[in-house]
Amino acid sequence: MADAVATTQELRIVGQPIQRHDARDKVAAAMAYAGDFALPGMLHAFVLRSPYPSARIVKLDTQRAAAMPGVAVVLTARDVPKNTLSTDVPGQTTTVGPLRATLHVLAEDRVRHQGEPVALIAAETLEQARAATEAVDVEYAPLPSVFTTADALAPGAPAVHESGNLLAQWRIARGDVAAGFARAAVVVEGEYVTQFVDAAYLEPESGVAWIDSDGVITIRLSTQVIEHFRDVAEVLNVPQNRVRVIGTYLGGGFGGKEDVTVEVYLGLLALKTGRPVKMVWTRQESLLARAKRHPYRLKYRTGALATGEIVAQEIDLLADSGAYAYLSALVLLYSTVTAAGPYRAPNVSVVARVAYTNNPPTSAMRGFGAMQTVFGYESQMDRVARALGIDPVRVRAVNTLRRGDSLPVGQVMETHVAIPELARRAWAALGTPAAPRAPHVKVGRGLACNLQPYGRIVWLHDWSSAWIGFEMDGSLVVRCGAPDVGGGQASSLCQIASEVLGVPLDRIVVHVSDSALTPLSGTTTASRQLYMSGNAVLKAARELRAQLLTVAARLLDTDAEKLEMIDGAVHAPDARTLSLRSLLVECARASVPRSHLGVYHAPAGEPVDLNAGAGKVFPDYTFGAHAAEVEVDTETGEVRVLKYAAAHDVGRAINPQSVEGQIQGGAVQGLGYGLMEDVVVEDGINLTTSFATYLIPTAADVPDVEAIVVESGEGLGPFNARGIGEPPIGPPAAAVANAIEDATGARMTRLPITAERVARALGLVTE
Amino acid sequence: MIRLTVNGQAHELDVPSYRTLLDCLRYDLGLTGSKEGCGVGVCGACTVLLDGKMISSCIALAVFADGREVTTVEGLAEDERLHPVQQAFMDAGGFQCGICTPGQVVAAKALLDAIPHPSEAEIKEWMLGNLCRCTGYYKIVESIQAAAGQARA
Repeated sequence: MADAVATTQELRIVGQPIQRHDARDKVAAAMAYAGDFALPGMLHAFVLRSPYPSARIVKLDTQRAAAMPGVAVVLTARDVPKNTLSTDVPGQTTTVGPLRATLHVLAEDRVRHQGEPVALIAAETLEQARAATEAVDVEYAPLPSVFTTADALAPGAPAVHESGNLLAQWRIARGDVAAGFARAAVVVEGEYVTQFVDAAYLEPESGVAWIDSDGVITIRLSTQVIEHFRDVAEVLNVPQNRVRVIGTYLGGGFGGKEDVTVEVYLGLLALKTGRPVKMVWTRQESLLARAKRHPYRLKYRTGALATGEIVAQEIDLLADSGAYAYLSALVLLYSTVTAAGPYRAPNVSVVARVAYTNNPPTSAMRGFGAMQTVFGYESQMDRVARALGIDPVRVRAVNTLRRGDSLPVGQVMETHVAIPELARRAWAALGTPAAPRAPHVKVGRGLACNLQPYGRIVWLHDWSSAWIGFEMDGSLVVRCGAPDVGGGQASSLCQIASEVLGVPLDRIVVHVSDSALTPLSGTTTASRQLYMSGNAVLKAARELRAQLLTVAARLLDTDAEKLEMIDGAVHAPDARTLSLRSLLVECARASVPRSHLGVYHAPAGEPVDLNAGAGKVFPDYTFGAHAAEVEVDTETGEVRVLKYAAAHDVGRAINPQSVEGQIQGGAVQGLGYGLMEDVVVEDGINLTTSFATYLIPTAADVPDVEAIVVESGEGLGPFNARGIGEPPIGPPAAAVANAIEDATGARMTRLPITAERVARALGLVTE
Repeated sequence: MIRLTVNGQAHELDVPSYRTLLDCLRYDLGLTGSKEGCGVGVCGACTVLLDGKMISSCIALAVFADGREVTTVEGLAEDERLHPVQQAFMDAGGFQCGICTPGQVVAAKALLDAIPHPSEAEIKEWMLGNLCRCTGYYKIVESIQAAAGQARA
């Protein structure tokens, strides 16, 4: 499905749908995930959590619990060396000052959301740990609370934190909005509401910790960020080099394993008991207490000329941070930057705020604030097209940013914006429209495009490192700190090394995600890992190749530039070859290193004053267009997606099979967001703490997603790849909402778009 | 004391009456291939075969398997040779993070045992009890079709 790209270099391995090195272990269930690991003499740990969304802890007595059979230790906030954990941006070594988020490892005198951790128990068996949790004597006195952002920001609202309920706000103003509206032939206003959703990876938060023989506190867990070893050290008040985090191959992450999960608790318990400790959260705990995606209220007012050209945008965003900050301010920053979509917005104002409530905390999740805004700007774009009678593909082409144009924040687009082509191809892929299968069933089509940053904010000075070295038999080792969340991160690194060094894939072993033994590479978040660590591996491989070829050139009496490395040998232009083994022996003799550490620094920049509105925020963006054909049962409100096509410009597909997998999987998560997923929270109480009530798409719920992979060769990653982890989750909700209006005339503005909501919009339910 | 056969091997075990079959497999027998994804029998990550029939081992008690035969994901491959369903999941890329994959391949084997040449609708219907958060199911369906000797329509 991938388009061919004209390139000056011929690629042998990159661009092939190779079988990933982890494939066999995964289908044969030989992969030892975090929860599959055990050590002799291991304790089992459990967390006592608050049943109240807002309360003062008036009594917390652990004596009875500590005396229960098998109990090794019961810990409360008093036992934590440093109970306040401050994080800037997970995994980064730079600080972000005012965005620094703090949380308590264990609740002190007050709980602010249901499920907040209050105490830790470790016992010989899990049953004993759970029984002891019940025996902790804790009394709460409920406190006044707020459960909506509107209430939270109202005068006199109960303060969730002493600093007040407004956590952060961003403003952008550009051009003359009033003058823009004055020129507009049509003005469309919309208010959109999005819900809490859960990452819902199938592997709950889990890990095992122990004190290793050298005294290093070692934690083997499922995490997207091994750099949290620094946070564990801070909480335990030990030097950072006394904590080691080994990241396992994850059973899914989607942003939910970006903040700390079990590592701090495991480190504490291992340190206090001196014994190995295991903690695995139940699904109920994970759904109850883990950070969710932010619910937003999005207000848009959009003015356009008769040609469809947008001349004014007025945008107001309000997000729910829940009870703690986590990454909320940054999520909101992503929303602010992407609020007008991949379109020109000469006259625009964006006001974005995020407020504390006593709801479950919200933080990173795939799409990270650039997701909710798609539902806003693409619903608006469709309404503009409909009001003016313009084709949905054309209205987007008319407005698409071109290279050299600026986003509202002032960032200039430096790479190709393929929206018109992507929209055309996704739309065309729907083919012949389906005939309605009954008179009361209506069929319609919708389109939605998006932009998603890849890579970290430029003033975080992001970097990644990777080490590559040959063994004496010519086999290759790649070491890189990158956690593999399941997208094939580690496998792609092998492909890149194989391409440059001509080593067959079955002769390469990759070690990832170990804070002590692999060079640090930063987080597997922000669609950054292929971009950043791919570049680090590429750099290491190219420099290692240059080292080796200098020696080879001498042996072959030719120029290094004329040599090629293919299939484990060096080839000269006159068909002479030199085996890698001979070359490595010669390197050893000549004191030439057979390994190299590559460090890649992303393009960096100074912090942008959003209010002043000028500057670069992200290294680059990935663009997409999704098209949906839906049928709506006008007697029941039921919506079914019949066809779905998702097109993204990935720059270059390193492994097309993995890229298609990201697109198909992301689109289906996005359809879950659009049509069914809903963490129901009533007065701070989460009513959906089981997969029997928190419903995610099943095989029977989803259409076949046709992945259209476009390769512009314009990305900043290795071989000009762009990040593709997050982008495909953005457009589905808007694409479906637009298709529903096309089918029925009803405009859905609240997610998820359930049958009940459609029925109400169609007037089938009146009360 | 219960007696059960797991992947052809007989075991005699003392287990408390509340022990789930999944915990018995994972903790008493060290077979960690079956996963706990939800604990309430709706996600399918713990799928095993009991006397050849597909069940959720997280909501079955170990005592329920007394005198019966259990097949787990570890029992699908013969020596080094993967089961054709496993091979198809590998070839078609019917996995990403892999945590649901053991349940998927066991359920798919049960499907093909029951319906050797299923339609796409039959595959989706059968597999709806096996959640996957990564793939969007496209390549899982494709893998099962490949294992059944079918090309995707």
